[in-house]
Amino acid sequence: MTANQREDIPMTDSSLVTLTVREALRDGMAEEMIRDESVFLMGEEVAEYNGAYKVSQGLLDQFGAKRVVDTPITEHGFAGLGVGAAFGGLRPIVEFMTFNFSMQAIDQIINSAAKTLYMSGGQMGCPIVFRGPNGAASRVGAQHSHCYASWYAHCPGLKVISPYSAGDAKALLKAAIRDPNPVVFLENELLYGRSFDDVSQDPDYVLPIGKALIRREGKDVTLTAFSIMVGKALEAADRLAEEGIEAEVIDLRTLRPLDVETIVESVMKTNRIVSIEESWPFAGIGSEMAALMMEHAFDYLDAPVLRVTGADVPMPYAANLEHLALPQVESIVEAAKAVCYRS
Amino acid sequence: MPKLLTQKEALKAYRDMLLIRRFEERASQLYGMGLIAGFCHLYIGQEAVVVGIQSVLKSQDTVITAYRDHGHMLACDMDPKGVMAELTGRSGGYSKGKGGSMHMFSREKNFFGGHGIVGAQIPIGAGLAFAHKYKEDKGVCIASMGDGASNQGQVYESYNMAALWGLPVVYVIENNHYGMGTSVERSSAGPNYYGRGQGWGIPGEKVDGMRLMEVMAAAQRATDHARSGKGPYILEFDTYRYRGHSMSDPAKYRSKEEVEEVKIHRDPIDYFRTYMTETLKIKEAQIKVIDDEVKKTVLEAVEFSKTSPEPDPSELYTDILKEEAPLQ
Repeated sequence: MTANQREDIPMTDSSLVTLTVREALRDGMAEEMIRDESVFLMGEEVAEYNGAYKVSQGLLDQFGAKRVVDTPITEHGFAGLGVGAAFGGLRPIVEFMTFNFSMQAIDQIINSAAKTLYMSGGQMGCPIVFRGPNGAASRVGAQHSHCYASWYAHCPGLKVISPYSAGDAKALLKAAIRDPNPVVFLENELLYGRSFDDVSQDPDYVLPIGKALIRREGKDVTLTAFSIMVGKALEAADRLAEEGIEAEVIDLRTLRPLDVETIVESVMKTNRIVSIEESWPFAGIGSEMAALMMEHAFDYLDAPVLRVTGADVPMPYAANLEHLALPQVESIVEAAKAVCYRS
Repeated sequence: MPKLLTQKEALKAYRDMLLIRRFEERASQLYGMGLIAGFCHLYIGQEAVVVGIQSVLKSQDTVITAYRDHGHMLACDMDPKGVMAELTGRSGGYSKGKGGSMHMFSREKNFFGGHGIVGAQIPIGAGLAFAHKYKEDKGVCIASMGDGASNQGQVYESYNMAALWGLPVVYVIENNHYGMGTSVERSSAGPNYYGRGQGWGIPGEKVDGMRLMEVMAAAQRATDHARSGKGPYILEFDTYRYRGHSMSDPAKYRSKEEVEEVKIHRDPIDYFRTYMTETLKIKEAQIKVIDDEVKKTVLEAVEFSKTSPEPDPSELYTDILKEEAPLQ
């Protein structure tokens, strides 16, 4: 798979390689752990098991048990412990086996990590990364398929990143680890095994948090997506091109702070926008997108903003129902044609 | 028997306890006058606990507690002016008026809050201890909670990890017998909080929290244990709060007689004062000097908390994120 439009990679960097997202994340953590002694990884099965999804493969051997810490199954407790370690001057990376389990810990993430800088009048700061797979995997049912993008993006004091390609995953994870704020880093299980040819091997290369990426240019309609839905949006854009519609695909990459400027500039050109996410529609990222476009691009819109989202139901297990519950390429094509009045 | 204090140690401890009591009495007045709002949980009655613990701490040690935190902050030598001005929501407060009674911090004094969610401070305290161990700075974290918080699940998640990893943390349970309006008897099956670490091999002891020297001795044992690499320790202090849970609590769940009984027979400051005059032979005149000095300090704090300006409206949108550039 090719991640195109890498205008943000410096020309001097001739070291791009092809890696899976899983390998890129591992390399990103390893480079930051080499760079900064205060960075450590903790979570369930991260050390001796090498990660439930093998994202931390080899890190225990490389860095030892002091810095790669297996925790008991105790999300609330170890999330809070991570926050305390961050207050105490360390830079924890806390892995949730999946973000579904972060609901056990959400009080520590929001009340302790996100709000304390403000509540302390700027004294405290909490440099911590909460990372792990987010959203639907495959056939794991309602309690293991939840996308938390809008939940965390709702909260001031957090940064929320959800990358698509391997190169972005690495460079944004490195930025998250270096960031002095709490960062929620939403990965995707189905992307872990996918390879991308955009991975920088320069240990100093990081991407800025809060910048979207135009992955495909187009003049007729803007499609915004993040994480695995970027792939679906790119597929949809290929199909739309066959029908003479040139879609511009924006990979949001960061959800908070959202790169509103890039989106608005695109909409000023295309005059139409479809927001794509796999989470539920109500009060989702797409709802926010619609509101933002009313506030910032109302005069440029030639059609109402449309949302393509997961169905408003707990994720079903049955294969056919799960397929129906998730946004598919067809539904994105349909929505794009609708805002182009071509349906 | 705890060792005798020197006159100098005794006068300092007396001053620190009295400062908390007089500070809280004034805070109560300011609340009544409408200058302090929202939640305000007073520490009156429990002074010996924090003062006793603080007396054995070293400069690198860290302290964290819940929302009944004014006493902890004053014991940590935070400026009473900054604490009182935070209570009144002024820019001179420790959190620039943006935290309030329950949310105050001082990096300088290693006081890590001031947390409003019951029990949340306990795993955070384990994390501060994790950082002490990781940095090998020989520090200990004092993580305090009430009897109410002692029933939160995350407390036990924290005990488990602290014991598993040998973290230098002393868990302090200030058992004042009521979690808001619910007595220990009505909230806890098996109220021996000090023994609840047994399953993880965490030593614990119950101590009279109204007797300063007993608190000091126990705190020394506990911090020695944690500092020496033996892992966590639990101290349960039997103490009592004279006022309601917060300023809005009329405390109808207990009798006036019960409160009076403690005030008359167990008051930590009266008891210590008697110890100073009778055992240490400290003269009334010396104590009077402290009384006057504390009164002055508190009045200055009150004055500062009234005259310090409210935060500038521009502060609404500051301190949400640290906007330092990523380290290159």
